[in-house]
Amino acid sequence: MADAPLMEIEDLGLSYATEQGTLRAVDGVDLALHRGEALAVLGESGCGKSSLAKTLLRTLPRNAYPPTGQLRLQGREVLGLPEERFRREVRWVRIALVMQAAMNALNPVVRVGEQVAEPLRIHRRASRRQARQRAAEAFEEVGIPTDFLRRYPHELSGGMRQRAVLAMALVTEPDLVLLDEPTSALDVLTQASIMNVLKRIKHERGVSFVFITHDVATASELADRVALMYAGQVVEAASARAFFDEPAHPYSRLLMAAVPRLHQERPPSPIPGRPPSLLDPPAGCRFAERCPWAFERCGEPPPMAPCGERHHARCWLHPGLGGER
Amino acid sequence: MTTPQPSTRPPQAAPGEPLLCAEGLHTHFELRQWGFVRVGSVRAVEGVDLTLGAGEAVAVVGESGCGKSSLARTLLGLHRPTGGTVRFDGTPLNGLSGRALKRYRARVGYVQQDPYGALPPFMDIQRILAEPLIIHGVRGRAERERRIDTALAEVGLTPAADTRRKFPHQLSGGQQQRVVIARALLLRPAMIIADEPVSMLDASVRVEILELLRRVQREHRLALLYITHDLSTVRHYVDRALVMYGGRIVEQAPVTDLLARSGHPYTEALLSALGDPDADNARRQREVPGGEPPSLVHPPSGCRFHPRCPHAMQGKCEVEPPPPDFRPRADHRVACWLHE
Repeated sequence: MADAPLMEIEDLGLSYATEQGTLRAVDGVDLALHRGEALAVLGESGCGKSSLAKTLLRTLPRNAYPPTGQLRLQGREVLGLPEERFRREVRWVRIALVMQAAMNALNPVVRVGEQVAEPLRIHRRASRRQARQRAAEAFEEVGIPTDFLRRYPHELSGGMRQRAVLAMALVTEPDLVLLDEPTSALDVLTQASIMNVLKRIKHERGVSFVFITHDVATASELADRVALMYAGQVVEAASARAFFDEPAHPYSRLLMAAVPRLHQERPPSPIPGRPPSLLDPPAGCRFAERCPWAFERCGEPPPMAPCGERHHARCWLHPGLGGER
Repeated sequence: MTTPQPSTRPPQAAPGEPLLCAEGLHTHFELRQWGFVRVGSVRAVEGVDLTLGAGEAVAVVGESGCGKSSLARTLLGLHRPTGGTVRFDGTPLNGLSGRALKRYRARVGYVQQDPYGALPPFMDIQRILAEPLIIHGVRGRAERERRIDTALAEVGLTPAADTRRKFPHQLSGGQQQRVVIARALLLRPAMIIADEPVSMLDASVRVEILELLRRVQREHRLALLYITHDLSTVRHYVDRALVMYGGRIVEQAPVTDLLARSGHPYTEALLSALGDPDADNARRQREVPGGEPPSLVHPPSGCRFHPRCPHAMQGKCEVEPPPPDFRPRADHRVACWLHE
């Protein structure tokens, strides 16, 4: 089973009960991630990317229905595990999380060193001394001086806190680190240095990442593969090279053209319209309403069609589905 | 007693004098312990010279804590400057109060970062937009409605009659920001100050709002001060850009010149830390200066950037702050000893 993907998501669905009815936040998502890969899950607000992240770690709010579909880690289905076993065997053991607001992830009255060591004490039953030793190593790895171990979160700058949270995620040596907008609250220079740390760790340790972000440029800083989400569905999944150079889905192309760039004479162009409501999504292609290439067939839901090696797009225009370009 | 009428006249600044002119502007905030013991001060804006011509769009770029929002709020008259002068249309703002300050505010529109926070949730759009007109003495319901409809049409929220009856939560983020812009335009201002107007919006909407600001700025020959942390959103939407660091302006130039031939090491650091989307980005480490942004309470001596600067010259940069106007080119100013 050496070639089995580290993580496979199959037909994943997630709904919330709301006052207005059932909101289908994630609908039929298929994704695969190999060991050592970084997958960027890219999308604008409300596209379902954060719900997807919450489903992977099962940190869902109370109004969520139980997720449907399959989540396999190294071939083993874990979505159906009872909560206690999921906590003991998956969360923070196999999948760790780095979230956006580092201040909220840290306990303000506990020294950061102890917090970084805590997952080891709980999940790896490490002794206090071992845990402290490993925490110090993790600090060095993410670029925090080890004398910061004895400090409290408020004594750290925003960038240092985010590094501490990253150390906390790495300390148990999980297979997969889930990054939920890890740098969007940070300044440009701090953001770049955190991305540098992530790139280095990925390269040196072969850690696999799922990287949730709304920012196309940030996604390109870490991703080997990109999955673009729109209205609860993955509309394109491709290698970073194919996605950034030759995006296949109309939404991917328009989004790429909407991104302001530092060095480009042509001004970016916005995408008119807005995403459909997930309370009552259209029956056909969800992007059709905003798509300049839409035709009659788009009234039917398009499947994910192959358009290259490990490259799929959810669009009827695609040659694989008999459409013409 | 006459009610002050919102100004509809074109900017009156003397020929040659810019609409807005700030000199040696300082805004400091006192830090107190137990409410009364003075323990220091936050020097958010420190010696800023700034001019803004009628019909000119200028971006102020900087990271959080560089003083850019304090600068904006000082220019809006929300903070009293600790030192220096601001002249608007030939009139000094220092010490303006009461009716004169109100008149000034009618001539300056403000667009905030968080559109939802800027719109009272319990008022419909009609009420939200009528408010400034009532406050500034626009008489007659029909006249107010006419103005509201014009403003809504101008920001692309048509049919206006539908929008007027809605509440903020019924609009998308982009539409809310359009309402905020409509409100800023209602009193026919001469200047708009937009503080991070797009940082909370999605990529596909961001450009729409920036284009809208640029369009109304050009059509009405407004002065626009666009405050942002994101250097990649300035290129097509302003004429000139200023870069702030540690409460000071470190560089200013026409925007294309600034992006192509930046002169200050801090601007260079920002440019090399940012990238346009490209699959190769994942394979290279970016050059980032070490260290943290400067404290505004205990700022470094000399040039604020010297502790992080790869080109810092010992015996010079940490001793004396560089003057703000070395000129590598006629319209390009850099506060850096490298350009002496």
